[in-house]
Amino acid sequence: MSDSTIVDASLGESAPADRTATGPAPRIPGGRTRVGAAPSRVGDRVFLGLSTGSAWLIMVILAGVALFLIIKAAPAIAANWADNPELNSGPTAGWPSFWAYVAPLIWGTLWSSLLALVFGAPVAIGIALFISHYAPRRLAGVLGYLIDLLAAVPSIVFGLWGIFVVRDFLKPLNQFLNDYLGWIPLFAGTPTADGSSVISSTGSTILAGAVVLAVMILPIITSITREIFLQTPGLHEEAALALGATRWEMVKLAVLPYARSGMVSATLLGLGRALGETMAIAMIISPGILFSVKLLTEGENSQTIAANIAINFPIATELQRDALIGTGLMLFVISFAVNFVARWIVARTAPDAKRRSRKAKAS
Amino acid sequence: MTTASAPPRQGPSLSGNSLRAGRLPRWAEPVVLLAVAAVVAIAFLLIGFSLTGWVIVTAILYVVAIGVVSALVENRRKATDRVVRALVTIAFLLAMLPLVSTLWTVIANGIGQLNWDFISQTGGARFDPETLEVTTTPGALQAVVGTLEITGIAAIISIPIGLLTAIYLVEYSRPNQPVRRIVTFLVDVMTGIPSIVAGLFAFSLFTLLVGPKAFSGFSASIALCVLMIPIVVRSSEEMLRLVPDELREASYALGVTKSRTITKVVLRTALAGLVTGIVLAIARVVGETAPIFIAASFTDNFNANPFNGPMQTLPVLAYTGYKFPGQDIAASNASAWGAALLLVILVVIFNLIARLVARFFAPKTGRR
Repeated sequence: MSDSTIVDASLGESAPADRTATGPAPRIPGGRTRVGAAPSRVGDRVFLGLSTGSAWLIMVILAGVALFLIIKAAPAIAANWADNPELNSGPTAGWPSFWAYVAPLIWGTLWSSLLALVFGAPVAIGIALFISHYAPRRLAGVLGYLIDLLAAVPSIVFGLWGIFVVRDFLKPLNQFLNDYLGWIPLFAGTPTADGSSVISSTGSTILAGAVVLAVMILPIITSITREIFLQTPGLHEEAALALGATRWEMVKLAVLPYARSGMVSATLLGLGRALGETMAIAMIISPGILFSVKLLTEGENSQTIAANIAINFPIATELQRDALIGTGLMLFVISFAVNFVARWIVARTAPDAKRRSRKAKAS
Repeated sequence: MTTASAPPRQGPSLSGNSLRAGRLPRWAEPVVLLAVAAVVAIAFLLIGFSLTGWVIVTAILYVVAIGVVSALVENRRKATDRVVRALVTIAFLLAMLPLVSTLWTVIANGIGQLNWDFISQTGGARFDPETLEVTTTPGALQAVVGTLEITGIAAIISIPIGLLTAIYLVEYSRPNQPVRRIVTFLVDVMTGIPSIVAGLFAFSLFTLLVGPKAFSGFSASIALCVLMIPIVVRSSEEMLRLVPDELREASYALGVTKSRTITKVVLRTALAGLVTGIVLAIARVVGETAPIFIAASFTDNFNANPFNGPMQTLPVLAYTGYKFPGQDIAASNASAWGAALLLVILVVIFNLIARLVARFFAPKTGRR
């Protein structure tokens, strides 16, 4: 497996070089040109053109995504929100400027994703460890497939599941956390008129949303870290075991140091997934556009960009839609940055791990 | 790779002084688990039984108990090892919980909805001006048609682009060519585009090109393309790289042109893997909700023309049925569940096709 880069390098170098050197049209000695050679030469050129064109098209599409979002969002970003009657009504009412509107949304996006990571990443890495180093080897494939099944479940189904199952399931926990740890701002309730505080009675909290998000990012983190755990050089593991290490000590000494950067980038890719996840948050939490760290309240859950767009898009007017597209542009920038950092870490540390992680994403 | 590293689990102890240190028998872990479960069950029976509470407390106490038992009989290092083993096993079971729970919830709520009428009728609320009554017919035909058309168009556009890009990356470009590095990087970035941003892109594009109210199925297809192309490129690239170089070289040595080599040798060898990857990519985008919701909006009317007017799809029907219910809320929710179940069935079918193709048409060099 580690020689895959070598294989690919030799392929890229030798094959095209040979072709250009010898020329593509095979001639049979004796001066007769083989019938059909000319069409294939044309076919060759067409094929090269098509595939090169497709590669360029990818760049065009990505540039187009950024460009069209900017064009469409520019009027709303540049507008003076306080004086604009259209922007000062409906879903975007009450904000002095675009940046004042988008800042709490960015906070909500980061906050919910961070919570999802805190819940999801340790479990995901634990699962990867279980599948790669603890589960019976014959079962490992099946267990990995079960986790991949989680990735196949559409997000809308997770949303419905969150509403009808997770919300109710977490209610006792919410109550418990608020009763005993309510003095921590995280678990505080909304203050009421009589001085006490209440937590959500429906369970539509950001805690529930983050739990569902955590479930949704599990498979991507697990599949990437699992691939990297499996790549740990067998000799390192055997050396650790031969020195008398227990299995956990072997993992700690050989596997985790080897996979550290892979785990970081897998977590960041999971973060990227969580940032853009729309439906679960849009359906589950009862949001407010504000800066809040409270986990258990009704209406004091920081709204995310994606969910805000999904909820307000159908009822928004033209310019308000432009404003929502502007928030989408911000989301694009944030997730671009997160993915960029993740890929950079992968590329910088392990060229082999890079190919693996891509495979894990692709399959 | 790690096959050889499996340590002997019985036999002389690897850690500690095997002459002095105690060693828990192999049945110790299940016995401790059963004992803890029984004790917790009795405790819960006294204060009122709850299944979730029982499972959670059992799991926590088991970790503590196996640690303590092992620390007493064996040593601290072995105790840590057993605790970690328990923890990662619990992590795995924890992930199975949502999977089972989700599938169970969808099936339990949706199965009552799912019948031939639901698939073959256009659903929605009808207002009868004579009797002033609203009758709600359950049905998802418009959503089934919309899903198939939108996903189909997206697939027709994405598959050639994705496949040809992968061919370019693997067969034509040189490893250190800047174009290749850029394309590889951009494909990576594209995989990370939030789905809703893809929807906003399609909406912006069509609003600027066609004018306001440019909701259409085709627009949603474009949004899905943005999500699907990178997945197709990734999986196809991976599959093309698995084709052994010897095959290519043999073909070139026979004087076959490059394009012929690619179509007749490389693609044919990788065919099963390519199809598997593409079907999985379709399965991935068929369940996308947000981009379709933004780009194609939603409607109760039957609209089979992807180039004009809003279109309904299964994921969006599931969303709107819950979020924007009609007058009969129960009926709307029911059709949401029906649509969700139908969607899950569709995804499962696609996944099954992918697995079957991978299994039965595996390339002869099968290195998956």
